[in-house]
Amino acid sequence: MIYPVVEVIGLVNRFGTQLVHDGLNMDVREDEVFGIVGGSGTGKSVLLRSILGLQRAQAGVIRIAGREITQMTVDQLHSVKAHYGVTFQQGALYSSLTVLQNVQLPMIEHVDMPPAARDELAMLKIRLAGLPADAAQKYPSQLSGGMIKRAALARALALDPKLLFLDEPTSGLDPISAAEFDELILYLQKQLRLTIVMITHDLDTIFRTCNRVGVIVDRHMEVDTLERIVDHPNPWIQAYFHGERARARAERHGA
Amino acid sequence: MVRAQRQAAGNGLLEARRTDQGLELDLTGQWRTLAFTQIDAALAGLDLKGARRVEISTERLEALDLSGAWRLREFIKRTRAAGAEVSFRGTPPDQLRLVDETLKRECSPSVVASQAAWEEEAAIRSLEFVGRHAVVYGRDVARDLSFLGRVSVTALSALTSLKRLRPISIARHVYDTGVTAIPIVALIAFLISVIVAYMSAQQLRSFGAEIFVVDLVTIGVLRELAVLLTSIIVAGRSGSAFAAELGSMKLNEEVDALYATGVNPFEALVLPRVLGLVIALPLLTIIADLVGLTGGALLCRYLLDMPLTQYVNRVNEAISPTTFWVGLMKAPVFAILIAMAGCYRGMQVRDSSRELGRLTTVAVVQAIFLVIFADALFAVLFMELDV
Repeated sequence: MIYPVVEVIGLVNRFGTQLVHDGLNMDVREDEVFGIVGGSGTGKSVLLRSILGLQRAQAGVIRIAGREITQMTVDQLHSVKAHYGVTFQQGALYSSLTVLQNVQLPMIEHVDMPPAARDELAMLKIRLAGLPADAAQKYPSQLSGGMIKRAALARALALDPKLLFLDEPTSGLDPISAAEFDELILYLQKQLRLTIVMITHDLDTIFRTCNRVGVIVDRHMEVDTLERIVDHPNPWIQAYFHGERARARAERHGA
Repeated sequence: MVRAQRQAAGNGLLEARRTDQGLELDLTGQWRTLAFTQIDAALAGLDLKGARRVEISTERLEALDLSGAWRLREFIKRTRAAGAEVSFRGTPPDQLRLVDETLKRECSPSVVASQAAWEEEAAIRSLEFVGRHAVVYGRDVARDLSFLGRVSVTALSALTSLKRLRPISIARHVYDTGVTAIPIVALIAFLISVIVAYMSAQQLRSFGAEIFVVDLVTIGVLRELAVLLTSIIVAGRSGSAFAAELGSMKLNEEVDALYATGVNPFEALVLPRVLGLVIALPLLTIIADLVGLTGGALLCRYLLDMPLTQYVNRVNEAISPTTFWVGLMKAPVFAILIAMAGCYRGMQVRDSSRELGRLTTVAVVQAIFLVIFADALFAVLFMELDV
């Protein structure tokens, strides 16, 4: 049996009178790249924030690696957080720290290791994310958009997590950088046997990297393999995968 | 044949056996980042003396992540450097190859090396430091003046039309910096007049001159204390708010967006704040004057048993027609100093949130310094003018 790494059952999120999620179910299996798709305002980020424990849901159960996080205290959550890495849409690098210090911060927080080893390991992660070594001493404001995404990825990998959450990893990148980033994600996924959950709008990224896709429609989620979800009868899903942009993409790829 | 001898097992992470050739290592358990300290200790605690061959087995290893692999690689490197032969029973773990691959991708001087070079040049650097700062300070002065100039020019050109003065924005700043500050300003004015009255009453009582408490409170509050303390409070409240607000707008590229839309940020952001505070601070000063005098009256009534009518008469005798205005006319000047310091520092914020904090602090400290410095100049000026 394939063990679900992330499991969401009956999630309900409500802001005032606005119901964002109503009984949303989702499961992410080991070693897969799971894409979360949905229109603007359908609560993709809210879902991610709920899973990360940044926000408490009104109802529902969320399990990460079999541990239920919805009922956890802050201290218990802290120990879970060492097991996954996250990148945020804008990078969310700490602007007053260099890239090297950004990558080291989770290590300092969770592991007691000698500074020399920490330097070397942080450099390893920075290179693994495809950054040149001289980027380590730069501040986030000196980095380009693509480098910020890579630095954020290096920070997410700092503790060698088995599970990675990526929020719009390729947004704001030019198509070539985005494609390179897709390849990087695939390479890391294969080499480190990561389980990746990513929110994305980028059809190219979805088709290149994702094994299964969850689409948020009507406040719940339709989950299926990539091959099957494109034929789902829901009109939004049809429009998404077979709309103008999707067709342009298909032509580009000579499909 | 094999003289097996177990060494102390390292935290359940490895088992070592001595053979006549050297050492056999059996890696076990979870070699994860979170256990880095234990891995480090286990490998460092191995006795390699006289070992010519080290054979590593990973069959019983449950997990090996990059950090663990890196530490193992370091161990292998050091063992080989010591002249021993290292081999794996079976294939070496994939993670080692990944670390090799990643580190090989590009060879550049390590971070530590550049640090040493940095320290070597310390003497030259300190000289450079002095020079660099002299130039920076020179540029700062020029920049201060140009900020002042730009605000003045913007103000003059904006005076030509009501729309460009942005009355709604000004009203918002009058509310934020003035109306919401009334409670704290009133409380401080009341307390300060009580302190002055109380202290002076104690001293003057020994001369039988308690009536002069009224003079002290009245002149002190109207001429100096009300406006000065109000300005200091406003510098702390609004000077910091201006700097933080504009600073985070800079970080968000909102200021650039204004430029790009063809809106002059000085006109849209700085001028309304300066004008708002120029309106709000004198009004706050008047409130502080009123509350201060009331506080003095209450204290005279209950501490010195002075009837209110006598207090009012004495106030009338103590003040000259200029006393109130001398205090009040300082308020707009202080307002300009506070608002300019806050906005200027806010507009200087670049790159990082740490800059935002630093410049907000600078804004408040400078605003308070400028207010007190200007107050000293006013004191000299008024003495020369004999008002």
